[in-house]
Amino acid sequence: MIRYAWLIPLFPLAGVLINGLLGSRVRDKAGHVASLMAGLSLLVVLGIAREMILGPGGSHVVPVWTWITAGSLSVSVSFLVDPLSTIMLLVVAGVGFVIHVYSIGYMHGDPGYPRFFTYLNLFMLSMLLLVMADNYLLMFVGWEGVGLCSYLLIGFWYEKQSASDAGKKAFIVNRIGDAGFLLGLFLIWTLTGSLSYAEVFKAAPQLAAPAATAIGLLLFIGAMGKSAQIPLYVWLPDAMEGPTPVSALIHAATMVTAGVYMVARTSPVYVQGPGALEVIALVGALTAIFSASIGLVQNDIKRVMAYSTVSQLGFMFMAMGVGAFASGIFHLMTHAFFKGLLFLGAGSVIHALHHAPAAQQQDMRYMGGLRSKMPVTYWCLVAAALALAGVPPFAGFWSKDEILAGAFFSGHYVVWGLGTAAALMTAFYVFRMIFMTFHGEMRVDHHAREHIRESPAVMTVPLVILAVLSVVGGVLPGFPPDAGWIHKFLAPSLAKAPGHAALDEGVRVVKAAAQAGAQGGGHGTAGIALIVLAIAVALGGIALAWRMYLRDTAAPARLERRFPGLYRLLLNKYYVDEIYQACIVEPIYRLMRALFDFDQKVVDGAVNGSSFLTVWFSRISGIFDLRTVDGAVNGTAGVIGFFSQLFKFIQSGMVQNYLFVMLLGVFLMVSAYLFR
Amino acid sequence: MGGLLSWIVFLPCIGGLALLFVGDGDEAGRRRVRLLALAVSLATFALSLALYSGFQGGTARMQFAEAASWMPQLGIAYKVGVDGLSLPLVLLTTFLTPIAILFSWEDVGRRVRLYHVALLFLETGMIGVFVALDFFLFYVFWEAMLIPMYLIIGVWGGPRRIYAAVKFFLYTMAGSVLMLVAILWLYFVQGGQTFDILAHLDRPPDPAVQGWLFAAFALSFAIKVPMFPFHTWLPDAHVEAPTAGSVILAGVLLKMGTYGFMRLAMPLFPSAARDFAPLILALAVIGIIYGALMAMVQDDVKKLVAYSSVSHLGFVMLGLFSFNLLGVSGGVLQMVNHGVSTGALFLIVGMLYSRRHTRLIADYGGIARVAPALSAFFVLTTLSSIGLPGLNGFVGEFTILAGAFQRNPAFAAAGAAGVVLSAIYMLWMLQRVLFGSRLAPANENLPDLSAREWAVMIPMAFLMFWIGLYPKPLLEKIEPSAQAWLAQVGRRVLRVEAPVLGPPGGLPLGRGPAPRGVAAAWMERLRGEGRP
Repeated sequence: MIRYAWLIPLFPLAGVLINGLLGSRVRDKAGHVASLMAGLSLLVVLGIAREMILGPGGSHVVPVWTWITAGSLSVSVSFLVDPLSTIMLLVVAGVGFVIHVYSIGYMHGDPGYPRFFTYLNLFMLSMLLLVMADNYLLMFVGWEGVGLCSYLLIGFWYEKQSASDAGKKAFIVNRIGDAGFLLGLFLIWTLTGSLSYAEVFKAAPQLAAPAATAIGLLLFIGAMGKSAQIPLYVWLPDAMEGPTPVSALIHAATMVTAGVYMVARTSPVYVQGPGALEVIALVGALTAIFSASIGLVQNDIKRVMAYSTVSQLGFMFMAMGVGAFASGIFHLMTHAFFKGLLFLGAGSVIHALHHAPAAQQQDMRYMGGLRSKMPVTYWCLVAAALALAGVPPFAGFWSKDEILAGAFFSGHYVVWGLGTAAALMTAFYVFRMIFMTFHGEMRVDHHAREHIRESPAVMTVPLVILAVLSVVGGVLPGFPPDAGWIHKFLAPSLAKAPGHAALDEGVRVVKAAAQAGAQGGGHGTAGIALIVLAIAVALGGIALAWRMYLRDTAAPARLERRFPGLYRLLLNKYYVDEIYQACIVEPIYRLMRALFDFDQKVVDGAVNGSSFLTVWFSRISGIFDLRTVDGAVNGTAGVIGFFSQLFKFIQSGMVQNYLFVMLLGVFLMVSAYLFR
Repeated sequence: MGGLLSWIVFLPCIGGLALLFVGDGDEAGRRRVRLLALAVSLATFALSLALYSGFQGGTARMQFAEAASWMPQLGIAYKVGVDGLSLPLVLLTTFLTPIAILFSWEDVGRRVRLYHVALLFLETGMIGVFVALDFFLFYVFWEAMLIPMYLIIGVWGGPRRIYAAVKFFLYTMAGSVLMLVAILWLYFVQGGQTFDILAHLDRPPDPAVQGWLFAAFALSFAIKVPMFPFHTWLPDAHVEAPTAGSVILAGVLLKMGTYGFMRLAMPLFPSAARDFAPLILALAVIGIIYGALMAMVQDDVKKLVAYSSVSHLGFVMLGLFSFNLLGVSGGVLQMVNHGVSTGALFLIVGMLYSRRHTRLIADYGGIARVAPALSAFFVLTTLSSIGLPGLNGFVGEFTILAGAFQRNPAFAAAGAAGVVLSAIYMLWMLQRVLFGSRLAPANENLPDLSAREWAVMIPMAFLMFWIGLYPKPLLEKIEPSAQAWLAQVGRRVLRVEAPVLGPPGGLPLGRGPAPRGVAAAWMERLRGEGRP
């Protein structure tokens, strides 16, 4: 089965061709075609995963064709099937298929229906390439491809200025990251002589720490763009302009996690350069708390989710940074389930409210009390919220706890502290969302109220599937913590993090003691204390949200009055967009204007000026020539002498010479005639 | 198949002469003119495909070479041949000419016969430059090519066509005069009294004078590329030229400059080329960034694309002057890519212009709704131009930047910044032209692509995908020649301590090794410590 891995991206490609070229014919069937292709892809993935999981596993390369050969650079299109890519394939193809089906219902009746599914299949193709590539350049192809699809899908409703702005912003910010990524590839290639994973990782142990750190940081710049980390996260909240299934698939479950996958994939290089990992851990932790704090006060249901995604990606990078690669991938997987579900649930709510005024459809201040009208959506979302908040035994608990424990036991106390604080905020904002949307009194526009009903089965069944995964998707592969099945399965693909430099001796002792105390996993008493703390944090956040938004509903307004500055700062997302605009975009634009003036006046001015001078000079020399006839005569004699030397060759008696001169004459006469 | 190359060179010219006997007084006559011109250019393209399939990979020698005595008493001979460096450009020329003719079908209605004669003569000139192996022949083609282009801009161009045409002609002319002087120097002083390029390649002049000779050639070619700061003729020429003229100008004529550097200036004067490299690399990088920044502030679509050419050609120069295999292979490939992508961009701009008679971006907006197929091709072409993997632009850009990185990571970083900028100005332009809610009333009934326009765009799109997905056949043909070229420009010529000829000491540039940049020092550190 593994040798048929090339079928996996082939099906979505077929979907792209069918829907893209025959869009006007397939019309309403486009969704079915695309979903069928995603489903066939998923079947192949399941077959391969079965072999990988039940069989001996290992790492298999499936070559397809040689793409670029130039000098010592040779890059082929070939696919890698190993435990890490298997997990990623399951996530991408699985969640992808579910969201394809959901979209049939959600996008029903949209004038761009075939176009939507063409893009969606193109996205699947690119994303599958990204995770299946066996070399960095092919990964980069997928990497840019998903960026393109993201651009196309965010701006899907391109008549809306804000949508096409958001799409453009996403692509450009990603491109900034990609430039760093590209330089990282060149550095890898220069230092190891190859871009294929196998050879790079073989050479990795010989890399010096500064070299590995440089590679790691350059690649991480790419990850910052794709996976929305500080300072390149600004595009993701705006990306919510896209249709909601897109937000679920691309901007929550799959594409934005590509950076995490890339770091995990590159772990053999990263462990050689711990400096890069420290940076990643810190950036991840800062991003986690920064965007979680913004999420506390947002009123747009999708924006809350967007900042939550940025924050959760920060958690995944924390995991990478502290060397807990498997835990990070584990969180990537559980996050795909529950965050995909949160978005699809939000989409279901928005779908139900589509008779409300446009400005209110996504605003939680105009929702409330939807629980009884949309029970399936409600219960699914509660499951997702519990998973995100980290309440056991829901999926998010297991993976998030492992990350925080990993940070703690590797001595990254600051990272751990920031992460724990972010976890508290997470539990608060997600239940704030649940309470504002589904509980309390209904604040929906009167006209729209009667139209509210549960979404059709084509949308709710995907919700239920993801809800089940959000419940069991953590405990099954992840129990017991740090020693669950997923760790054993992923181990061959990931490098072992070395003892970090920051890890002082005291922690080492604690850790050793803790590990000695735990039979078959966990971190002993310290580990148990951490777990208890994590549960307390999650429940505390939920309780706070309950108190503020259900029990004492005047509390938010009171807080707002007491801390107006802080509230506005959070509501306006720390004014980062405005700062970027004022400090980067505007100065560059002014520079360009000034440069263009320079180009017109100085560079081109010099050209026109020199021709002007030439004309004047020839006039003056004409006068001069008339007056100093003597000198001119002598000069002429010399010139004639020179030319007769030259022109005697013309009298060569050869026909082709005459022909050539004749042709030249014809051209001159023609042009003289035309420009008379 | 003796004489194939000459047939490719002269068939368009013969066709052009034949056209002179077809009347274009009435519509039927004009149609005959167009059909004949198209048939001739397609036949030329077919012949060049035969050239491609007959071309042997794995060797760097000149193939399909022909030599005939021409003016033996002057050492002038008719010598032509192709190798891996020129073959792709010959193909590009023969590919773009029928496209240009097909596009002009309804675009050009005035003096139809003369227009097609000019186009076909131009094709002969362009192919001639790429295959000439004799300086005299090269120079004849080089100058002969100017005249039809001058006419195309000056007769069928826009309102300021005379200014643009004269500027184009004089600027190029001024550069090539210096080249002529250098060629004559080679002929008279270097000895041999021969114009044979290959013979001169084997005998590089004394390093002391190489600097001057290189500078003379380089100036001529730099104007043609155009490199910063010699680029200002380009936006004017493009804006005024008719669409087909822009396609040929951007697609082929600009490559004359880069090709000249590659075929003549660098291998003839290898040590001077190395000395000048820091300057030229700096200008190339400035061109990449500067051209992109200029493109961003344009309100005129055609000017925007013209400035983007300055940026893209900077990449080619960056590749050539990286002095490594990746750089030069990527450079050759990127010449083709730029011809395809920018050619296609000009075609689309031309289609918009022929519908609305405006090139101002502000006059458009929301076009995607009324002309979906045109918009789809516009998006595809843009993506190819900004180097999206899977399309042609990426392969060239990537190999060039990889080569530049090997030479100096700082240049690659600047190039990568150019990649980011290209995405910004191109996508912004797309957004303003195609997307948005505003649809001017004048654009409401904008027709989508006609059958003829489909026929023009499909081959372009095909090439974008083909080069993007499977560049191997092309790269394999380029590589042996690129390798031989590298050996040629890498030659060390013994420096004569006391210069005996020419100005003392050559130009003050590049005494001793170039100062190491910070980035280069960094790379050495990374490398050095990489070894256990």
